[in-house]
Amino acid sequence: MTQTSTGERLDVTMMVNGVQRSATVEARRLLSDFLRHDLGLTGTHVGCEHGVCGCCTVLMDGEPVRSCLMLAATADGHAVTTVEGLTEPDGTLGPVQQAFMECHGLQCGFCTPGFLTTVTALLTANPDPSESEILEGISGNLCRCTGYQNIRAAVRRAADLMAGAAPQPKQQAQGADLTDDPSGRPAGPGEGAL
Amino acid sequence: MKPAPFGYHRPTDLDEALDALARTKGKVLAGGQSLIPILNMRLAEPADIVDINRLSELAFIRTENGGVRIGALARHSEVERDGTTAARLPILEQALHLVAHPVIRNRGTVVGSLVHADPAAELPAVLRLLGGSLTLARAGGATRTAPAAEFFLGPLESAIEPDELATSAYFPVPPGRTGMDISELSRRHGDFALAGVATLVTVDDERRVDTAKAACFGVGATPVLVDLSTTVSRLVPGSAADDGQDWAAASDLVRATIDPDEDIHATAAYRRHLTGVLTARSLQAAWSRAVGEIQ
Repeated sequence: MTQTSTGERLDVTMMVNGVQRSATVEARRLLSDFLRHDLGLTGTHVGCEHGVCGCCTVLMDGEPVRSCLMLAATADGHAVTTVEGLTEPDGTLGPVQQAFMECHGLQCGFCTPGFLTTVTALLTANPDPSESEILEGISGNLCRCTGYQNIRAAVRRAADLMAGAAPQPKQQAQGADLTDDPSGRPAGPGEGAL
Repeated sequence: MKPAPFGYHRPTDLDEALDALARTKGKVLAGGQSLIPILNMRLAEPADIVDINRLSELAFIRTENGGVRIGALARHSEVERDGTTAARLPILEQALHLVAHPVIRNRGTVVGSLVHADPAAELPAVLRLLGGSLTLARAGGATRTAPAAEFFLGPLESAIEPDELATSAYFPVPPGRTGMDISELSRRHGDFALAGVATLVTVDDERRVDTAKAACFGVGATPVLVDLSTTVSRLVPGSAADDGQDWAAASDLVRATIDPDEDIHATAAYRRHLTGVLTARSLQAAWSRAVGEIQ
């Protein structure tokens, strides 16, 4: 059994974005802080530190989890994917990142890493989600800037890209094309969210 | 917001876990979705944490003769997706859809939610409704079974002893033609309920109500179980399922029984009103499901 007394440190090792990473930390070190401060991966953001905002969401063994609600020591031996791990090795944006860019699904970008990991897992498990499945899937991620409509469009666009659609160059980026209709029916002329 | 320092113990099997608990009386860490916010906000500063996430022997969902047994490390999302459990106890799947958000459910555990005993939580009410139990183990001592009726003692207080580990929870399947439902009202989807009710209705061959019960949550220190069997039994065969008189009587009895608190989210009167409305709706849904089994 691994045990440490108060204030004592332990070695924590895990695969992060495909690379084995280690650090020696106190048991109370949260995974979010381990990633940001001990490993220098500051893409994972810290918003509320009690699990409700979703900014800190990473993938552990492929499943989205709140890194602010996990001890680094608990994640020892597991495989973690952060937002940095969604980019291709040659720097090309992954499909979810590409979709958020095309659809202007971010403004300040603070919530975005949490959305990207959450949506990656959502679409991997469910490549063609209904509108209500999309809303349920992202219901745990809060955004203060966008009003969510472009994020909804980005999820739909990401599904298309993951299914093989061609990415669009940045100059031809499209905005949201949604109504408030939860069936996801595209907006007709004169309808739709701004 | 970071936890205060603590002694950390990460056992690899149940015996090590029970030994650590016996020595330290530490706080058990499983899903951490309730405990770690409490640590982060320093609402509690336990001297020792016993991290049971390596006890893979407790990550089970087991069909037993009369019900479903859920191990301490079965995550909400695993139970939610388990088809066998959903078929035998649809109320469990329905309740889990209401617990927080999908990402929280990837780590949170059913047993952990029960031991945490939040008054506004769904699962303690479901366990109370079904008359389930928890199995509690301790080092060098006998394993004991705590029935739901004796387990929830107060807000965030359960009957578990400091040196005990809850290894599993048992949810019995009600006998006969039984329909179940859970309904709650929260300000936003995923929030804790302002008030909620879990109901079951058992009918006989003539669609007469044999048993009707409601377990209310969010309106008391612990789940409030109300027996409505005689109140609704006036529902005669062939009468409309939405015979308002009988469901209204059930609502009245529930409203008279509960004693909700007032807080920043809702007044006591509003919680009382909500519980009455939800009781009528939920009972009707449960009745429809029970009757549906006959047709």
